[in-house]
Amino acid sequence: MEKKEQDSSSRRKFIRKVGLSLGSVAVAGSVAVAREAPENESGETVKLLSPDGTLVEVDRSSIKKARAQTKEQIKKSYKGIPDRKFVMVIDLAKCKNARKCVDACQEGHMLPKDHEWIKIQLLQDSELASKYWFPKPCYHCDSPLCVSVCPVGATYKREDGIVLVDNKRCIGCKFCMTACPYSARVFNWKDPEVDVPADHVYDPELNIPPVEGTVGKCVFCADKLRNNELPRCVKACPMGVIYFGDLNEDAVTNGVETLRFSSLMLDKHGYRHMEELGTMPTVYYLPPVDRMYPVEIGFEDLDESISDRYRTKDFTKSGKTKK
Amino acid sequence: MNRTNREALLSDLTPEIAKTSRSWYIVFGILLLVFIVGIYGLVQQIDKGHIVTGMRDNVVWGVYIVNFIFFMGLSYAGALVSGTLHLFKTPWRAPVIRLAELITVISLAIGPFFIFFCVGRLERIPYILAFPRIQSPIVWDVIAILTDVFGAAIFLYVSFIEDFAILRDADNLQIAPWKKKMYRILSLGYQGTPKQKRILSFSRNVMAAMIIAIAIIVYSVLAWIFGVTLQPGWHSTIFGPYFVIAAVFSGVGLLIVLMAIFRKIYNLEKYITLKHFVNLGIVLFVIAAFFGYFTFSDYLTKWYGSVKMDKILIDKLFTEFKTYFIFANYIGILTPIIIIAIPRLRTINNITIASVIALLALWVNRYIIIVPTLETPFIPIQDTRHDWLFYSPTWVEWSLTAAGVAVFGMLFMIISKLAPIISISELEEAAEKNNT
Repeated sequence: MEKKEQDSSSRRKFIRKVGLSLGSVAVAGSVAVAREAPENESGETVKLLSPDGTLVEVDRSSIKKARAQTKEQIKKSYKGIPDRKFVMVIDLAKCKNARKCVDACQEGHMLPKDHEWIKIQLLQDSELASKYWFPKPCYHCDSPLCVSVCPVGATYKREDGIVLVDNKRCIGCKFCMTACPYSARVFNWKDPEVDVPADHVYDPELNIPPVEGTVGKCVFCADKLRNNELPRCVKACPMGVIYFGDLNEDAVTNGVETLRFSSLMLDKHGYRHMEELGTMPTVYYLPPVDRMYPVEIGFEDLDESISDRYRTKDFTKSGKTKK
Repeated sequence: MNRTNREALLSDLTPEIAKTSRSWYIVFGILLLVFIVGIYGLVQQIDKGHIVTGMRDNVVWGVYIVNFIFFMGLSYAGALVSGTLHLFKTPWRAPVIRLAELITVISLAIGPFFIFFCVGRLERIPYILAFPRIQSPIVWDVIAILTDVFGAAIFLYVSFIEDFAILRDADNLQIAPWKKKMYRILSLGYQGTPKQKRILSFSRNVMAAMIIAIAIIVYSVLAWIFGVTLQPGWHSTIFGPYFVIAAVFSGVGLLIVLMAIFRKIYNLEKYITLKHFVNLGIVLFVIAAFFGYFTFSDYLTKWYGSVKMDKILIDKLFTEFKTYFIFANYIGILTPIIIIAIPRLRTINNITIASVIALLALWVNRYIIIVPTLETPFIPIQDTRHDWLFYSPTWVEWSLTAAGVAVFGMLFMIISKLAPIISISELEEAAEKNNT
């Protein structure tokens, strides 16, 4: 691994790495130094490359301070937000495959273009039934198999119901990916090559940056929730398809209207996808009835690579498509 | 009588230890080359990431996991065969028992490496020991495999002690002084006193019994890694016993193949005879029948009253994977059964060929257990990328597979130069029993 890092160290990458691990430390550290009384200094200094490329000297004691900050962040992310039980409701009658949720999610989590934490599937329950658009984030199950099978505790269920992945702990065995019946997880098959701001501190709640050889998935935008904001996909959706809320408060909102969760479930026959698997998702769906748009609208203005997706049934292993 | 018998045995079995032929070096060189290509593949994979393999988000486990299960299967079968033959004091076991024990330890040493190749962050493997979560079947597996490695190594070593003592005491043996010294240290001062004999025999019995129990546990745990998930085709109660039977099947097959190879190149025709091939062939026959029965009942119930996902999976197996399915589950099982069932066909060559087919078929059987299931997730794959839809292994995966086989061969070749591949003490004991 060390060898690999040496080999592939383009200058940009090197700076990014240093900027990430040490540069952020330097910035955070200098703040710490400024605040701390000078007698705390060990007198021993360390040379660091700052984000703008100049070499600076920082006291060793301040470096420990900054590291601890990241650790605390991770520790906090394991606990969850107290007295909350988050829930999501997706109204399939409103979705028209506008894909704004996907874009907002990818941008917010610095995902490579081919990584989608929320996918929009085109489903059809039986041959004679109509097709419908089906946004699919991670279901943050209450009985999550992915958490059970993880050998190192890198993926975990929090008090507030959110399932997170700590990509500093993940060994990349992919057992969680085979255990998840909803294909909610994606793997970083190569270096994601994202440019992370130099002062960024890693936190599983935001999960930036993605790490090569580890698993990523929808985090319910736990970082936004901590600031009492709605997840990115909820805010981005122009149709108000996705509702988000708290089961304890019995309320969900799509940013426009706020509804009582329990009456929404009763009135509109809320259900969970593949309830029979017993994983108990915290994402509920409202059935695609009395729809606002025909399914075909979802194909308009789509990139070919995206619209081709919904014909994959016609793909064969040997050739490209079968007629 | 005793003395001359031992001398005869030594003169037959030790020439390979004393000197090394040119063809040995050539074969070893070729295997080393294959190994180096594999290392190059591994370097590529570490450098560029797992993108160089054929694995993608749906088929997250590929040939590496197939190889892992396959090698682990070989090892546990070796343990089961040698353990059972030892415990039941099977009279013809003497010439084959050490080969079986060696298979166990060597494949056990190789198997876990394929897990390492499959893991995204190799350097974090120690986390499994640092932050283990006992709920995870992978942790069960780590505990079970570590236990088995130690158990099998002890079992092998204990069975070697008498031979080391014999080699140490053989004065007219033309071998390098360092080998003599090695035998002296490894024989632990064994002199063959009644007390030492009793202790040794007791330890061997205990280890044989334990190795059988551990083998069953380990392979079941391995099966449960798949069985505990909800995936169609994996979520099956039969998987534990099914995998154990499959393991014995491949292990017996490999034992027969290695017997044929060593018999030829080390001139052991006098010791490994048709009788051994037929006897092990009958074991293979019985196991093949069980294996076929398990396979049939697993697929029959999935096909007959199939829920949606099982139907999709079975359709895939019967169309896209048709050739693999026929080879793995018809040819691979029926060939050994037919060849052993008809006495006229029971020649050494035929039995060896049947074993080779059984081995290859079992590998393919593992492949069509892993890959088609991952290609048919509950929520249909909707992706335009061809390699995201269909798995096909890349050269990196094949090169590491070949490297695994090469290392298996090299380790066998090295060990066959350090100690006799057939147990001298066992043969002596068998001869004594025949005389009385």
